[in-house]
Amino acid sequence: MGKKNRNVAIVGIGQTEYSSHKEYQNQPEMINEAVRAALKDANLTLDDIDCVVHGNMELFECVHQPDLWHVLGTGAFGKPQFRITTGGTTGATIVCAADNLVASGMYDVVMAIGFEKLQEAGSTTAGITNMADALWYRHLQTGALTSAEANLTIDEFGAERARRAAIKHRIMMDKNATINPRAHRRFGLEYEQAEDLMKTSPPLVGELRLIHMCSQSDGACVMIFAAEEKAKAISSKPVWVRDHIAVHKEEMVANNYAYERPETSHHTAARKLFARNGITDPVEYFDVFEMYDPSTWWGMDWIREFLLLEGDAHIRMVENGDLNIDGKLPLNPSGGVTSSNPIGATAMARVAEAALQLRGDAGPHQIKKEVRHGLASGFGGTMWTVLVMLEKDLDWQEVN
Amino acid sequence: MAVLRREDTSDCFVMPGKMVLPVQYFAGRAGSQFIISLRDERKILGVKCPQCKKVYVPPREYCEKDFTKLDENWVEVGNQGVVANFTVVHYNDKHLPLKAPYILALIKLDGADTPIAHIVSGIDPEKVSIGLRVEAVFADKTTNTILDIDHFAPIVD
Repeated sequence: MGKKNRNVAIVGIGQTEYSSHKEYQNQPEMINEAVRAALKDANLTLDDIDCVVHGNMELFECVHQPDLWHVLGTGAFGKPQFRITTGGTTGATIVCAADNLVASGMYDVVMAIGFEKLQEAGSTTAGITNMADALWYRHLQTGALTSAEANLTIDEFGAERARRAAIKHRIMMDKNATINPRAHRRFGLEYEQAEDLMKTSPPLVGELRLIHMCSQSDGACVMIFAAEEKAKAISSKPVWVRDHIAVHKEEMVANNYAYERPETSHHTAARKLFARNGITDPVEYFDVFEMYDPSTWWGMDWIREFLLLEGDAHIRMVENGDLNIDGKLPLNPSGGVTSSNPIGATAMARVAEAALQLRGDAGPHQIKKEVRHGLASGFGGTMWTVLVMLEKDLDWQEVN
Repeated sequence: MAVLRREDTSDCFVMPGKMVLPVQYFAGRAGSQFIISLRDERKILGVKCPQCKKVYVPPREYCEKDFTKLDENWVEVGNQGVVANFTVVHYNDKHLPLKAPYILALIKLDGADTPIAHIVSGIDPEKVSIGLRVEAVFADKTTNTILDIDHFAPIVD
């Protein structure tokens, strides 16, 4: 499927540390730190940037049109700038937009910026809850805190096995986060603590406990995208954006409580993306998967959805350590979203972290074996999915 | 003449709501330093760009045009300045700081190249004009905000 006018590569990546203590920076200052890091990484200056794409969760910091104020830090002065705000998927949607803007021939070099300052936002659950329909759902939902996936997993595999797998999965994520110097929550958990955590972590909603849930982080992620010719001149290690897909399935929310489960947006996205790229065995094909996992229960369930697995294959992968940083398909070597969640940056950080793995520049949490094919997902809204495929080499075969 | 028809809305629910969202604002180091000097020393600080020599008030960490680092070059600007532009607020609302009518102005302080927004009091709103020279009148109590300057007043010769 020859859908691109020209090939696009990631040529620069900059991230702040993700944390809950950034009192020393206002929003444009925090963004500027990541912008300068990305420019330095790409060995470019502001003059080389043709266009800026900026985004976060709408109104989470209660600032209207923050992209205007943020020009103080984004470098968009005198340049075309787009603002994108698609909930949790924002960061990945910005990646798609930047990819499209370059692939189309509109701009040669585009800088993509995702940020969030959840410590300024104060109450994300209040914000998310207020987005729900006032007549039907607002009084009946708990923001992003849900136990629906946990219930389904327990129903399918039994409470004992499901709870054990979930906590093992969470500890694995923490082990990855602990070696990622940019991760927010780094508890240094050990597998021996599983039994204790299952009992003592404060319960939130149903089976969801505090340890299973993502953090509220501050941080910014910046990526620079360039057209093939420029990318090859700019970078000795360009990471190619092979394809991306976005799927929204609003009806899934209502169906969380129904008897028949519809195909998830994740499964639809993966099925279509892999089919049009000729990927028949994603577990075999991909060398890294950075998944937007807002909670452990969601994340564990979604392994099956994204990798098109059946039965208990995803639980077995967790139990067998196949998703560990040294496993068959490392999942979230960064520690993922349960460790760091600056929402508007989160979905972009998935793509950025996957790209860094392909470059071999991830740092202490670099996967040891060679990483050539990367997958990154964004999640948000009421079941929205963005899925991005990255390649180390520009050698894939187009599928008709 | 057209006749406006009004729909019958007697059985249509309208759900009242109120959003109360807690929120914080991190001022950052540069913004905090500005407020600390204002509060403790009644000094208004700006940052001077070593490249273009412009003095920015309020201060910022980096120049947005070329990312030159600015916050190592603090300069004190005057407590006096000139009204660069203004508007007169004629309506009242809960979120407004004063009762109408009052003057909101952009004030370019002596030594600064960029203006700050503030209130001008002590002059009939009908008489304010661009070019009016004004002086900062500091607040009795600190709020750790720009309102540590209570308002600007015309300089009486």
